[in-house]
Amino acid sequence: MALEQFAPVGMLLLLSTGLVLIILNISAVFGPKNPTTRKTAPYESGMKPIGPAVRRLPVKFYLIGVLFILFDIEVIFFLPWAVVFRGLGFYGLIVMGLFVFILTVGLIYEWKKGALEWE
Amino acid sequence: MECRDIINTFAPCLSDTLGVSTDLANFLSITLGVLIVATFPLLVTILLIWVERKFAARVQDRIGPNRVGPFGLFQPFADVIKLLGKEDITPAGADKWIYNASPVVMVMAVLLIWAVIPLTPVHVGVDLEIGALYFVAVASIGTLSVIMAGWASNNKYALLGSFRVVAQLISYEVPLALALLVPVMLAGSMSMVGIVEAQTGMWFVFMVPVSAFLFFISSQAETGRAPFDLLEAESELVAGFNIEYSGMKFAMFFAGEFMHVFTNGVLMAVLFTGGYIGPFVDQIPLLGLVYLLAKASIWYLLSLLMRNALPRVRIDQLMLFNWLFLVPVSIINLILVAFLMFVIRELGLQPDDPRDFVQNIPQTVVLLLGNVALLIGTLTVIRNRFRAERLAEQSTMLPAQAGD
Amino acid sequence: MTFGDFTPEAFAFGFFTILTLGGAFGVVGSRNLVRSAVWLMVSLFGIAGFFVLLSAPFLAAVQVLVYIGAIGILITFAIMLTRSMTNLKERFNKQWWLAALAALTAFLLLMVTVIVPTWGEMGAEEIPPTVASTAQLGEAFFSGWGYVLPLEVASLLLTAAMIGAIVIAREDD
Repeated sequence: MALEQFAPVGMLLLLSTGLVLIILNISAVFGPKNPTTRKTAPYESGMKPIGPAVRRLPVKFYLIGVLFILFDIEVIFFLPWAVVFRGLGFYGLIVMGLFVFILTVGLIYEWKKGALEWE
Repeated sequence: MECRDIINTFAPCLSDTLGVSTDLANFLSITLGVLIVATFPLLVTILLIWVERKFAARVQDRIGPNRVGPFGLFQPFADVIKLLGKEDITPAGADKWIYNASPVVMVMAVLLIWAVIPLTPVHVGVDLEIGALYFVAVASIGTLSVIMAGWASNNKYALLGSFRVVAQLISYEVPLALALLVPVMLAGSMSMVGIVEAQTGMWFVFMVPVSAFLFFISSQAETGRAPFDLLEAESELVAGFNIEYSGMKFAMFFAGEFMHVFTNGVLMAVLFTGGYIGPFVDQIPLLGLVYLLAKASIWYLLSLLMRNALPRVRIDQLMLFNWLFLVPVSIINLILVAFLMFVIRELGLQPDDPRDFVQNIPQTVVLLLGNVALLIGTLTVIRNRFRAERLAEQSTMLPAQAGD
Repeated sequence: MTFGDFTPEAFAFGFFTILTLGGAFGVVGSRNLVRSAVWLMVSLFGIAGFFVLLSAPFLAAVQVLVYIGAIGILITFAIMLTRSMTNLKERFNKQWWLAALAALTAFLLLMVTVIVPTWGEMGAEEIPPTVASTAQLGEAFFSGWGYVLPLEVASLLLTAAMIGAIVIAREDD
């Protein structure tokens, strides 16, 4: 049963979360509590904050994100292949080579279009 | 399983001596194991703060912490006590829940990696069949914590810093995962124990040094340390995504970073330098932990050296270095290793007994030659490219500057 | 190991159900889009838990890696690209009844096609230890002609998605 395999992972998840929460709460209990307007104001190099802090995201970050998903999924297809590729012989190599080739075309396109430039 | 001694076979011993049921004994054994796995990295981190500060001091020709305790060893404890007494501030306009959840997610994401790391031949948190994938998946959660912190802080520097860091983290995750695939291929298994056991005859670092290099570089970038520490570019972003955090919450981000660096050392040890493998491990399993930590420490010190010796890169260099160097090289490396493994099998060079050192030499030599060829090819391409760039620069230079 | 009638599986199933449904309610109930995105991660994490319960650890890890680690980041980025991501004033817009109708239709369709025909017939089956081990997945993908074509088409689709993103993002040239 897979649940038994993952039981320690789940426990570690709960325990590490709990541990960090305990540490944070200890400090909240021991520390002074004296929030003033100046203290809680967002830091802006000593000046009064100008305008809203939340700005729109430059689109180049989004392109990096799309490129990442592309390769993330490539890695996921690679993993089962890496486990079994000894038994596949030359055929497996060709299949994966084609898969990688198509995705690399995408990378080259993004590079040539200048999406990786950071002006 | 039978009770032999209390350290190596805990659960059966518990049911034998205390007379509790096997289920309860297993449950207690898992709980204890998880407790150790959760607290051990945190305790090591406290020591690592001292190591890190002392090392940085020596590199910069200073003495470093030397007042509290022998060699300043108790300095981190003093720091922790100081941090515990700090005020718990949530900045005005911050999204309270997300702001406070972010440090928790950060530490959790690093601690969870330790679940699959084989400490000794018999002490493994859990030997998942998908160990390597589990590591990549869990490590990717940390990215989420960065964007949560940056957005919830209600601060421009924090938001800009988190955009950059997220772009960096997700970019370098690609070569990290691609380099990780090579040990998986060599071992024919994603289980961490399987990968370690496959290195009994020969460490993977001798077979595929290029992959080890790629993994090391990209894992350094994943921790966000110099030369990849754009997130805390003091001159432009002040402190990056965690600027509004103070006291213990800030310390949690820091602990997460320190732990991540050491975890990367441990992963390098497990994936490329044979983990717990060493002489006499079969007789005394606990010796495996010593070997693992010793190997991990070497990688850890190497990354400290890198941090202290190299200057910070710019963000455009960072992105180009990843997408135009690390990613293509790791893909070519992957295909090359697959092809070489195919050739090795066709030539009949693979060892009959993978655990034997001498029988591993032929395939190691073939793989090593392939790696050297890849290295030479890559360096040639880079040299030609930069030479062309230099020549182009020279031809456009002003006459006054061309003289010198 | 059992606690009365409650098996650990039943307990875990309940826990993941709360995560999944609670997260989903958080997504639609929150007025703050970034918060909705965080709730979405909670929901997706619960689904990863279901994959574990179904003895498909590979898919569980992929769920975390792709949906939380990659799609989640991309959704957050996409939200941050928009102008009004926080402080949405109104809870409903003019199209709410259309959305409600679509959701109801999808729900009924799933009920009729998936749940009703098998209601009561599917006993509690013992799930084999690993439904799809990684090696089996690899064999299915890469040996013979079985799934090779879908695999290559998937790579084409991904490349097309990325080229589309570039075209939309860089109108100026």
